[in-house]
Amino acid sequence: MTAQRHAQPMSAGRNALGLAAATALAERHRIRWWEALPWIAGIAVFFLFPNYLAFGTQVLIMILFALSLDLVLGYAGIITLGHAAFFGAGAYTVGMLAQHWGWNEPLSGLVAAAAVAGAIGLASGYVLLRTHGLTLLMLTLCTMALLEEAANMGAAYTGGFDGMPGLNFKPLLGRYAFDLLYFRSQYLYVLAVLFGCFLVVRALVHSPFGQSLTGIRENVLRMHAVGAPVRARLVIAYAISAALAGVAGALFTQSNAYVNLSVLGLDRAAGVLIVLILGGYGRLYGAFVGAIAYMVLEHTLAKAYPTGWQLGVGLTLMAVALYAGNGILGLAAALRRRIRAGRGR
Amino acid sequence: MDLISILLGGCAAGMVLFIVSVGLSVTMGLMGFVNLAHGGFAMLGGYAIALAMRHWGLPFFAALALGFVAVAALSVALERLFYARLYRASELDQVLFTIGLVFVMIAAVTLTVGPETQTLVLPEWLRGQVDLGFIRYRTYSVAVIVAGTALVVALWLGFERTRYGAMIRAAVDNRRMAESLGVDVGRLFTVTFALGSGLAAVGGGLGAEILGLDPQYPLRYLAYFLIVVAVGGLGRVTGVFFAALLIGVLDFVLKIEFPKGGTMFIYALTLALLLWRPQGLFGRRGS
Amino acid sequence: MTAALLETRGLCKSFGALEVARDVGFRLESGARHALIGPNGAGKTTLVNLLTGLLAPSRGSVLLKGEDVTSLTQAKRVKRGIARTFQINQLFRGLTVLENVCIAVAERLGAGGSMLRPAGRRMDVIGEAAGLIETLRLQEEAGRRIDELPYGRQRLVEIAIALGLKPQVLLLDEPAAGIPSAESHILLDAIGALPKDIGVLIIEHDMDLVFRFAERITVMVSGAIYAEGSPAEIAANRDVRAVYLGSAADG
Repeated sequence: MTAQRHAQPMSAGRNALGLAAATALAERHRIRWWEALPWIAGIAVFFLFPNYLAFGTQVLIMILFALSLDLVLGYAGIITLGHAAFFGAGAYTVGMLAQHWGWNEPLSGLVAAAAVAGAIGLASGYVLLRTHGLTLLMLTLCTMALLEEAANMGAAYTGGFDGMPGLNFKPLLGRYAFDLLYFRSQYLYVLAVLFGCFLVVRALVHSPFGQSLTGIRENVLRMHAVGAPVRARLVIAYAISAALAGVAGALFTQSNAYVNLSVLGLDRAAGVLIVLILGGYGRLYGAFVGAIAYMVLEHTLAKAYPTGWQLGVGLTLMAVALYAGNGILGLAAALRRRIRAGRGR
Repeated sequence: MDLISILLGGCAAGMVLFIVSVGLSVTMGLMGFVNLAHGGFAMLGGYAIALAMRHWGLPFFAALALGFVAVAALSVALERLFYARLYRASELDQVLFTIGLVFVMIAAVTLTVGPETQTLVLPEWLRGQVDLGFIRYRTYSVAVIVAGTALVVALWLGFERTRYGAMIRAAVDNRRMAESLGVDVGRLFTVTFALGSGLAAVGGGLGAEILGLDPQYPLRYLAYFLIVVAVGGLGRVTGVFFAALLIGVLDFVLKIEFPKGGTMFIYALTLALLLWRPQGLFGRRGS
Repeated sequence: MTAALLETRGLCKSFGALEVARDVGFRLESGARHALIGPNGAGKTTLVNLLTGLLAPSRGSVLLKGEDVTSLTQAKRVKRGIARTFQINQLFRGLTVLENVCIAVAERLGAGGSMLRPAGRRMDVIGEAAGLIETLRLQEEAGRRIDELPYGRQRLVEIAIALGLKPQVLLLDEPAAGIPSAESHILLDAIGALPKDIGVLIIEHDMDLVFRFAERITVMVSGAIYAEGSPAEIAANRDVRAVYLGSAADG
């Protein structure tokens, strides 16, 4: 005991430093300089690649969709194969409002889509999140499949298998019309909405609420044992994520001027999952990295060699699951740690 | 179509679902591993069986045996090389790996054989119809029903009466306890996984004329296999049997009576069922 | 008799044919320094699990400050003032020590669900967490991830979390297990500094620690309470020694 007391004066300085370092860590929410890069790049693309804006818009929509999934999967740890249910809900809401009720103002359409998708997310989350593991996975699949079948069957409202092509949307803010040839207005519109939604997700993730989601993912037993209302938190996160996915879906319909069954279904749900895993989940920017990497590769390779593409994606998924659990960003972080350890802290 | 024909048709479909899914249920109950690639083993087995019969002229049962052994061997290799490393991994990693694996399987088959549907060259004695007394029905479908019933009886006996079966049941109920009692759980799983995959292979081949056989098979029926397993309860052979029959008959009936909304009913039913009893109709509560 | 801080009445729990708690009538008083000892498998951790709500009893009831909490979930009981540590650390392994303690403090302050301000700006939470970290001499590792720490230091984080909940009932399941003896005084100091009116129950095998800390000892064997009394009484009790020597417990 006396030996310990002896050592204290020497290490007191170091101890104080340790705590200061820790407090600095807690300042993770501070904006770093490189966080402006994606947005600068986004605007640069507008000027540098005017013929690729249609593709670029799809990439931005995918980023938003993956971001919404990250909230639920990366931070809260809910494994879902049915997130396209909310994307589709938002997409069809906007489509049906435009087609059947002549409500085609873009911004209010977004709000409507978010509300509908969020409500479905709240209801299904409340009911489904009582379960976990395989049962939960199954239930998310079933919910999405149900919506898909409903869309298929309700052809009078949804256009059934063919969907609703040739939709018309009012110009944004009364001035900027959506043109289906060059996608100029759409691109900037989606970029702006993505920026706004990103700020929301970023704030959420750094808040105590977001921290508690991480806690639930890391050790749900401990979260119960510190008095956290675990299920309520999960349902709220699920509903918010659903609303964001609904916004992504709405942007899809608005920018492409059509909606069909492809917005629902396993293909789209698996696609966004792959994107997020590839980029790295739970890391906020994984959605960006994954979406860009996956869609650029898909755009160049999948058309030319569809079966080879599937083989490549499969092998990549297997490799990622075995060796690089947290995707590209995870590998980068591991590399950084290696370098730092090699230099000797 | 009258009721009996519909029921028989649905039972045949259900039997195929059972033969394929029972392996998935047991391995999931045993190791808690979400294997979404299980349908892929069924497909590979189906291809092996169909092609062996058509191109090598192998007799029916020999082809079935070949399919069983070939896929079982492949599954052992995959399990030792890859699956075993993921037992302690997160559920997400397991889901990812198996999705990737099934993509690879589908692509491999498309590249080597092609995207066309494969048909089964049925032996003489399975063709045509058979007189069951109250109805004449497709011999092949009746044979499938008989096979499925024989299998569930054999499996039930195996689980209840053999030491091996007892070990599996113990390990499904409480793995750590079984380990402390001296059960080599690692080897138990490899063997069970092989048997389950082999059965899936046979199911894939046997059911080729009922569920079809093409490269998209694993993804098209993934939801069905998972539903049958979830509803039946993990590791419950009899549970899977009844769940498979239920889903098979329902799906068959719905496809005929309500071709538009049929599948929706199955999903809604599964949703309701799993919410009411998350452990499945026959599963044990608390995992 | 005044209402005990925490008590059980006729508490029973069985898993099929296995009875892990048999008609347990346990009392923890305000300000108690109570130790729960017994051979392995006696049901001590099970009792704590029943007290905190991790397990639901087959029969019987748990009362906190006279109020029946038997049907309340773990989280609700924590809000009423019960906190525990686990026999095996239950921490947020990917997060830092500071973040771990902050989560607990934030929940207690009702800030856990707040979405508005960043967690890093909540000085009330961080300040309190920092204080707890200092109490447990964890300042040096405050910024390091749990899975980078040696087990003994992790154990102290487990204690810090429980303290951060400012409970009225503190249940510690083998808190010293895994802590090197050179550092065990940190644990004792922390417990000694606790407010006098909270009730502390420790499950321990280290008899040294037990006799230094406890004012009252309960002995459990095979799911039932075997003996109860002051340390002197228990030490002198022949049957207790027989039970311990008979089952070759450590310490």
